[in-house]
Amino acid sequence: MGAQKKRAAAAAAAARVSEDPDDLARQPLQAILLADSFTTKFRPITLERPKVLLPLVNVPMINYTLAWLEAAGVAEVFVFCCAHSKQVIDYLENSEWFSQPNFTVKTIESHNIISAGDALRLIYEQNVIHGDFVLISGDTVSNMSLTQALQEHKERKKKDNNAVMTMIIKKSKPSPITRQSRLGTDELFMAIDPNTKQLLYYEDKADHSKGTICLDKMLLAENPSISLHNDKQDCYIDICSPEVLSLFTDNFDYQHLRRHFVKGLLLDDIMGYKIFTHEIHSSYAARIDNYRSYDIVSKDIIQRWTYPYVPDVKFCGNRATKLERRGMYRALEIEQSRSAQVGSFTVIGYGTKIGSNSKISDSVIGEGCTIGSNVLIEGSYIWDNVIIEDGCELRHVIVCDGVIMKAGAVLKPGVVLSFKVVIGERFVVPAYSKVSLLQQPTVHDSDEELEYADNSSGTVEFSSIQGTADQSNGEMTSESSEAHKPKLGTGGVGYIWSICEGGQEEEWRHSVAPIPEDKLTELSEAMDDDQELVTQDRTALSTSGELISDSNASEGDDNEDSKDDSVYFEKEVEATFLRAVEENVKVDHVILEVNSLRLSYNMTSADCAGAVFYSMMKLAIKTPHSSASELQQNTANIITTWQKLLKSYLLEIDEEIEIILKFEEMCLESAKEFSPLFARILHILYDKDILQEDAILRWADEKEGADESDKVFVRQSEKFIQWLREASEEED
Amino acid sequence: MPDIQALVSDLPSKLRKRRVQGSYETARLTAELLRAVILQHKEPTASGAASLIEAVRRVGEQLIAANPVELAVGNIVRHVLHIIREEDLSPLTDIVGELKLSAEDDVEDIAEDENSQKSSATTDGCLLKPPLLLAVFEHLPDSAPACQTFSSENIFAGKADKSAKKLKSELIKAVNELIEDINTCREGIAEQAMELIHQNEVILTLGHSKFVKEFLCAAKEKKRSFEVFIADGAPKFEGHILAKELDKKGLKAIVITDSAVFAMISRVNMVIVGVHAVMANGGVIAPAGLHVLALAAKKHDVPFVVVASTHELCSLYPHNLEVLLNEMRCPSELLNFEEFSDCIDYGIASSSSLLHVVNPAFDYVPPELIRLFVTDIGGYSPSYIYRLIADYYSSEDLPPQQKPAS
Repeated sequence: MGAQKKRAAAAAAAARVSEDPDDLARQPLQAILLADSFTTKFRPITLERPKVLLPLVNVPMINYTLAWLEAAGVAEVFVFCCAHSKQVIDYLENSEWFSQPNFTVKTIESHNIISAGDALRLIYEQNVIHGDFVLISGDTVSNMSLTQALQEHKERKKKDNNAVMTMIIKKSKPSPITRQSRLGTDELFMAIDPNTKQLLYYEDKADHSKGTICLDKMLLAENPSISLHNDKQDCYIDICSPEVLSLFTDNFDYQHLRRHFVKGLLLDDIMGYKIFTHEIHSSYAARIDNYRSYDIVSKDIIQRWTYPYVPDVKFCGNRATKLERRGMYRALEIEQSRSAQVGSFTVIGYGTKIGSNSKISDSVIGEGCTIGSNVLIEGSYIWDNVIIEDGCELRHVIVCDGVIMKAGAVLKPGVVLSFKVVIGERFVVPAYSKVSLLQQPTVHDSDEELEYADNSSGTVEFSSIQGTADQSNGEMTSESSEAHKPKLGTGGVGYIWSICEGGQEEEWRHSVAPIPEDKLTELSEAMDDDQELVTQDRTALSTSGELISDSNASEGDDNEDSKDDSVYFEKEVEATFLRAVEENVKVDHVILEVNSLRLSYNMTSADCAGAVFYSMMKLAIKTPHSSASELQQNTANIITTWQKLLKSYLLEIDEEIEIILKFEEMCLESAKEFSPLFARILHILYDKDILQEDAILRWADEKEGADESDKVFVRQSEKFIQWLREASEEED
Repeated sequence: MPDIQALVSDLPSKLRKRRVQGSYETARLTAELLRAVILQHKEPTASGAASLIEAVRRVGEQLIAANPVELAVGNIVRHVLHIIREEDLSPLTDIVGELKLSAEDDVEDIAEDENSQKSSATTDGCLLKPPLLLAVFEHLPDSAPACQTFSSENIFAGKADKSAKKLKSELIKAVNELIEDINTCREGIAEQAMELIHQNEVILTLGHSKFVKEFLCAAKEKKRSFEVFIADGAPKFEGHILAKELDKKGLKAIVITDSAVFAMISRVNMVIVGVHAVMANGGVIAPAGLHVLALAAKKHDVPFVVVASTHELCSLYPHNLEVLLNEMRCPSELLNFEEFSDCIDYGIASSSSLLHVVNPAFDYVPPELIRLFVTDIGGYSPSYIYRLIADYYSSEDLPPQQKPAS
């Protein structure tokens, strides 16, 4: 009997095709699940409930992640809880995850942690990770098979001990107009070695206004070929070797997994740690990072891209839901009026009531909701136990548990109503506003985007607020007394949060609502302008191309560099010169310094002459003066003092002409005060033997054919030139 | 016993997560689980069978609810319940046992009759003649003596004040036999291959079915030479696997697309396919694409033969919406998500995307299109299926969810 049972178990294991953990490793695979995103993107909802417990198509997000980890053959998961850790732990204890065979879930709790880096350091101290592990956050939905990625990771690790991490990526074209992926994250640039799949460059905060990105030259020099992508999406699923944890401990300033850790490793060439990528093709993986990705991932789930993690498969003890025609998912015991129209790709939860003539499409309705008649719900996410009275309109909004919408209330696109908010009769909530029972925290920890586990936020008692608020908003007004508490109509309860730092400008990017038409046209017009600029400068950046190290693109970089360089060089020379003037440095030493600058920037002596002359004139103009003649006097003095410096760069006539041109340029642009003095200063320069008559005459000849506007100064110094000509003729 | 508890919760969770798929695998696992349940069941001495039936039914309902589309689970549960009822009845009344014995004899007689017809059946290749015999014949020597011993023992036991232990061990024996049957059903089916596949014929099949593979290989092993057209079975293209396997066995295989079946059907002598479940009316639930193939076969009067084992026999009629409602599988089997990700973008302006992908797993093929069922207990025409179901399941258990909870 026992033997038979064993055989059955073995056969059952074999039936799990490729997912068998025994094939992957002898030691059980571990995973770290961060049940805290350490960001504030989901505020105000996350002030009351941790992000991982927010329902995604009526199932708390963390279940998708855990179900996937279990299916992928992970044996032990450490759930790291920080913000609202008690809620997460309570939830997990009551779920079936603690009682799974061959799958253990352990929680690690900490309250004073403010970043993923800190979390990993804490886990390292606990010494629970023994081998390769999967690093994932609790808001990731995937159905990929880890087998291949894990295999690759192990093989690489065997060959090269420095290959510490394999990052899962997926192709996803960013929108050319908004410069963000379909999940609402910023466009991501990655440079990957096409042969080894090594990640060489990672930039998710590129400056789009320039239309360029800068790669380290060494990247091109060291790798025979690299491919540059902006059409990859980072799935935030990482297979890590245990070294990763110790790396976090060694570099205590690493906070963010990508911004600090990945970029840190890529820049650090001393230790030589390498990160590789694994691209998945047909399977699905996405992280819910903002409201937009919440919307998109929900729709992907409804469209069954995440199969088997779809509403009608009970993968984690979710309620039985049936898939009907046209992609309609309905749970049991739904009361629906005959005249109600429930459109396609809609999920309706257990025990929900829908009144007559209501229209619902592309939406998710939670459990136990009551929807009145003549309600319009479009592309919205209604969570559990929401009451929507007759005649309300909701388009592209998120409505949390226990919200009450009085008759005729309207929610404009992008609105988020946090828990238990009450919207008064016929009140129109403006687009993109966020409404919560809690006040907006006044202190912004904006720069780090951290979400502290405020003790206050976790323990606020709603009942007391609501009880009093229902009567006269008495307590709340006394509490807040701030001006920014617009009423939510008669009987409304809650605060409308003012839009913080990013401002309205960015709000549409990450909202649940689709990007409005006018925004798109505005953006594409702006982009057309940019495009012109870019094409003038050089060819536009192609979406994804393989760059061989000595191709056109790198030449383009050179041009750019030299332009930048000359500006820097000029500044450096000026700084050197000013220091020399202040500290009375000997002329020889200044020459030495400028020469070393010239070598390091790879400049010609003409550039030096120009820069030195420019610095001198700058000094002259900065010296206090009351009249033009005084300025002339100053200039003459400076030229006399520093003529030796200038002369050491005037080896040939070309350099002298360069000086005249530079002077001319200055008079036109940066130092217009000189323009009336042009001829006189030219004379001084001639007198001091800095400029020879040949140079001046040649300059005059060159300008002969130029535009009228260019000839201003030639004409001004006409007399002087005339005199020079005559003098030379006399000599002849 | 925590062990059994774990087992009982394990299989439903596997079924729920779609980690166990395919009727053969599910049937076997279900039978093994139910055997464990029976073995572990501590029955009160008085009303042995009733509480046992209740226990099995409870587990069974759990299993069926886990994945209602996997019909083999329900079939096995009902069959085991049927076995329990039979075993329970037999010792109580000697008459029943005797009746059973005489029935058994009848079957044997019939089998002998069939046996004499066999030679003629093979020669004229008449596919419509129902019970295809060889299997029936070979099957009986095993089961008949076993039955006889059961009943005689039971009678004996009944006289000696029936002990519950006896019933249990008999049950375990019977369920073991069922598991054995499930394990050997492929051979049972394959044995009939020689009678159906003739020299130089062209066979068409779709996708990959283990039954079909064994069936074809069995004919090949007996030195029949024939050709097989394989429709590749989009979107999983399991036909390619079949083609490889047949190639290893030295069979000539030609791969075509699903859409080419109509073009090729005129060259085909017979269509042989495997199915997901056989319904009570003789229709079948089969991998998507089979209905088209069946229509093509009908149009050209090509025999459409279904190979199925008895555990695929389902007592439901196909007007049950729950069954007809299909398993909708992952759209990424059809196309690469990444290639279309920019079309499936809901974020821009007019909200919902226009591109949707639907990937139903099954087709329903009505009985009119099916010429013959080849099962491990013989060949039957679709109109005979309801009889088989009566043999295999007790009417009390059909369908279990409608039975009032007792």
